[in-house]
Amino acid sequence: MFLKTALLVLRKDFAIEVKSREILYTTLLFALSCVLVFSIAFVKEGEPLEDAAAGILWIAIEFAGTLALGRTFERERYGETLRALLLAPASRAAIYVGKMLGIVVLLVICELLLVPLVALLFRSRLFAAPALLVGLLLAGTLGFAVVGSLFAAMLVRARTRDVMLPILLYPMTVPLMIAGVRGTVALTQSPVDQTSAVMWIVLLLCMDTVFLVLALWTFEPLMTE
Amino acid sequence: MTADFDAVTLLEVSRHFGRRRAVSRLSLSARAGDIVGLLGPNGAGKSTVIGLLATLVTPTSGEVRFGGASARALGAALRRRLGLLAHELHLYPELSARQNLTFFGELYSVPAGRIEAALTRAGLDERAGDDVSGFSRGMRQRLALERALLHDPRLVLLDEPFTGLDDRAVSIVADRVRELAANGAIVVLATHDLDLAEGLITRVALLRDGRLIAEEPATTGLRARYRTVVGSA
Repeated sequence: MFLKTALLVLRKDFAIEVKSREILYTTLLFALSCVLVFSIAFVKEGEPLEDAAAGILWIAIEFAGTLALGRTFERERYGETLRALLLAPASRAAIYVGKMLGIVVLLVICELLLVPLVALLFRSRLFAAPALLVGLLLAGTLGFAVVGSLFAAMLVRARTRDVMLPILLYPMTVPLMIAGVRGTVALTQSPVDQTSAVMWIVLLLCMDTVFLVLALWTFEPLMTE
Repeated sequence: MTADFDAVTLLEVSRHFGRRRAVSRLSLSARAGDIVGLLGPNGAGKSTVIGLLATLVTPTSGEVRFGGASARALGAALRRRLGLLAHELHLYPELSARQNLTFFGELYSVPAGRIEAALTRAGLDERAGDDVSGFSRGMRQRLALERALLHDPRLVLLDEPFTGLDDRAVSIVADRVRELAANGAIVVLATHDLDLAEGLITRVALLRDGRLIAEEPATTGLRARYRTVVGSA
């Protein structure tokens, strides 16, 4: 029942996005613009700043993710549909998981475009260890979505939600970003520093677990007025 | 777990939002078959009472009991027996009428056959595939009512259910409310419209400044009674 509810919410968000394509297009455009602007600043005469690619990739993911979070929960504010979801006889944690998975899917789609673009513009060896890169991106994206979805849901009825979301989200996700960037740097070394990369992935998974447990535990009380 | 009940009771319930007292020491009960009208001016606490009964708002003090149990004890199973039509309609404008009902139907594990029946009752068979964003307020209101009733709730909470409806639709909704009560539902209806409430509600709870001023059987002359107890109507 838990999984069924989460997948129902995910499928509903997907159906809305297929019709409007609003969040996907704006998030993608924003992420790509971000990378392009950074490439103009950090690539001089065809030579990129050392390790800049890792930082820029994760900054683009975080900024695009914040935009996606805001818009996704704005949809639930219009018509107060989040209240309707909370009133359903399903686990409220499952509703949270469904919304969070939607953010993960959206960010993974963005990353499918972002990673090759960053690799190309910054001449980065991002594809030197593809399996580890996928693991690192998934672990980092999951952690960001776990924290972000909780805060975005919490702020959905706050008038200052657009200001408050980054204020709450960015400090909390700094450890995730550090692990993501350091892991990506390890993957782009020549030769690839597999030991460090695996260590950062494991660290990210540990943080994901802690954040997920806290989010599942606090979602229901936080959403009840 | 089933969580059916035949009465709902608020016992000395207060709800404060910061320093604002939305509801103060309110006690009220309703039984199966009742249509209770929550009447009062703006800010009287009607929507907060609806939120408390819907378990979306927790009391600062006091208790809401469903049958003999509290909302906390009954948990998610209780929500299967609650239906809420709020002022905001709880519909996704990007989805069609059918998609909206199907989504909520699946959340409540409602048999698929009820979706088409609900669309028919809402008078939206012809527009079932159209996005809700293209509907008039009245069409949305009818769809939202059917969404709230899709799972055959025991406690039906209606916050201004007649907003945006024409005379014919008002009459259809009023008949639907009577039918629900006749079938054993507890209906709690918050409205400003005394004319529409009269003849529909069986009991009246008059609220002012978050306090229950009177609770009595609804009789004719509701407007005069309201004016006497609450103030100008």
